[in-house]
Amino acid sequence: MTMIEHDKIKDMSNRMAQAEVKGRSPWADARKRFFRNKAAMVALFVLLGVVLFAAFGNYFAVWDFETPDFTVMGSAATLGMPSIENGHYFGTDDLGRDLFARTIQGTQISLMVGIVGAGVAVIVGTLYGATSGYIGGRTDQIMMRTVDILLSIPYMFVLILLLVIFGRSLSMLFLGIGLISWLEMSRIVRGQTLTLKNREFIEAARATGVPTWKIIIRHIVPNLLGVVAVYATLLVPLMILTESFISFLGLGVQEPLTSWGALISEGSGTMRNGTIWQLAFPLGFFVVTLFAFFFIGDGLRDALDPKDR
Amino acid sequence: MALLDIKDLSVSFATNDGTVHAVNGINLSLERGETLGIVGESGSGKSQLAFSIMGLLAKNGRATGSVKFDGQEILNAKPKVLNAIRAENIAMVFQDPMTSLNPYMRVSDQMAEVLMLHHGLSKSAAVADSIRMLDAVRIPDAKGRARLYPHEFSGGMRQRVMIAMALLCQPDVLIADEPTTALDVTVQAQIMKLLDDLQTQLGMAMILITHDLGVVAGSCERVMVMYGGRVMEKSPTDPIFADPTHPYTQGLLAAIPRVDQKGDKLSAIPGSPPNMSRPPAGCPFAPRCDYVMEVCQSVMPPLEGFAPGRERACHAAIDVVRAGPKHHEDLPMEAAADELDEADIGLPPADLEAAMVHANQPIEESPDDQR
Repeated sequence: MTMIEHDKIKDMSNRMAQAEVKGRSPWADARKRFFRNKAAMVALFVLLGVVLFAAFGNYFAVWDFETPDFTVMGSAATLGMPSIENGHYFGTDDLGRDLFARTIQGTQISLMVGIVGAGVAVIVGTLYGATSGYIGGRTDQIMMRTVDILLSIPYMFVLILLLVIFGRSLSMLFLGIGLISWLEMSRIVRGQTLTLKNREFIEAARATGVPTWKIIIRHIVPNLLGVVAVYATLLVPLMILTESFISFLGLGVQEPLTSWGALISEGSGTMRNGTIWQLAFPLGFFVVTLFAFFFIGDGLRDALDPKDR
Repeated sequence: MALLDIKDLSVSFATNDGTVHAVNGINLSLERGETLGIVGESGSGKSQLAFSIMGLLAKNGRATGSVKFDGQEILNAKPKVLNAIRAENIAMVFQDPMTSLNPYMRVSDQMAEVLMLHHGLSKSAAVADSIRMLDAVRIPDAKGRARLYPHEFSGGMRQRVMIAMALLCQPDVLIADEPTTALDVTVQAQIMKLLDDLQTQLGMAMILITHDLGVVAGSCERVMVMYGGRVMEKSPTDPIFADPTHPYTQGLLAAIPRVDQKGDKLSAIPGSPPNMSRPPAGCPFAPRCDYVMEVCQSVMPPLEGFAPGRERACHAAIDVVRAGPKHHEDLPMEAAADELDEADIGLPPADLEAAMVHANQPIEESPDDQR
């Protein structure tokens, strides 16, 4: 009897030791919580679907995005309707170009804008904000007032001017969006850094002689990533919206390339001609993607900060 | 020459309520291998003394005087000089092990960082060394545990990790700032035993900052009693318990609850520490002192030696203090004990700080708010 007990305990302790050795990071915990969040998981799959559509949709497209289909040209309202037979799954636009291929193309551009914008914000904004907040004092003052000044300039106006003066190119659009996207992020990160830098583990790192830049990179930034991740997911749709607005004005992506904003703009211009699909498909993708990002952002926040619920 | 030589060290903080004088003109020397206990209640400037030695004062803090390590001036030294000395020569263990480790880094990575920085070791060598040190602080299964994250450790284990981390570079001086305050009594004893053993093994000097006289009695060779940012009494450990010659030390010792004495009242030192943004002209302890005289209000008593290794700062004659408080039986101590609220009764034994009337606003904390 005692032997059995003994074996059991030994076996159990072995198993516990094995389970323990790996080490569960706070990230792993957060991932687990995120995976349990149904809304966020659905949103994640929807987003994955949109990304796959943008990446591989072209393999299913019969038409390319810039060649007009002369058979439907001029009678888009009747012949250009979405149909499986002629390969225009989403119908055509007024010039007879295949909307399926164009939606894929627009999705690619819009997602890219969102991701590049958010990427710049994450990298530049995080480093800038963390440096400013951690060093503090006069450096902080100067760095933050610079951000204030940049923020006080109406960015849409600047973006439009940039595009008008330097020409309407995709790279200029990326540059413009990259320039503005990190400002808000750096402020948020700085605020978080201020609360972090008085924590004892930062003091302990200083007491062991870790230099400032290493403290920022290795101790401050990893502790900020939760907030940054949440804000970045909310920033992606914001960037997509900005690009859409610019494209809606006709200053963004130029023909024959397109984006969600440009497609919506075209679609809304012709919606009274009985070609509602020209608006519905790009708008549908747009709304669904934005929703997905918002839900994912929400899920991330709940997962990373379980105390706030 | 002493290993650590502190001369006339003062620390002040510029706050919105004026300048707070946390430490006032401390002289102190520490020899190799020696253990010095610094005792005092919250707000007496013990921690700020330690922080100023390490160059870790808050932004609004200013330290004057001189701190020489091995003959080299380190007070207000350049960050590069300080970074070279920190951990390598002078290491520090902090009060709260729960927040002293970065939650997003594996313990092994956090420890290895120190070694890679100071000794230029490769990552794998540094991790191997860290594991050896975790073994030395008696963390069971150190090899496996090193890969864990801090939240997977208990408080006592985390303090062990902190100690291991402080000792990685085998410093000459270890400053332990209330290393056991956040831990329960049994773990406390283990940690103190561990510190003692490691100190003997490595032959380092140690400054033990605490408000727990029990800890001091157990492990220190010399004691320095601080109050209001000043040194009240310096002495070897044993005589100070047998023969406290300063009213404050006496009060501290009297405030230790004892198991062998019956009675439902805990004695306390009446009153609270002075507001150090307006430091008193005379002795900071005067308002709470049983032996107070007129001169105490206006003149700070100098620290004077009266026996080998023993110094005290008090106007009252040594024999008067030794004789005990004049109106001992009925007045302030007992009366104050009545006023203590429920929370102050039923304390862990020898927990001095809690046994005393809590200061409304410990000065020690106020500079932190400003950071």
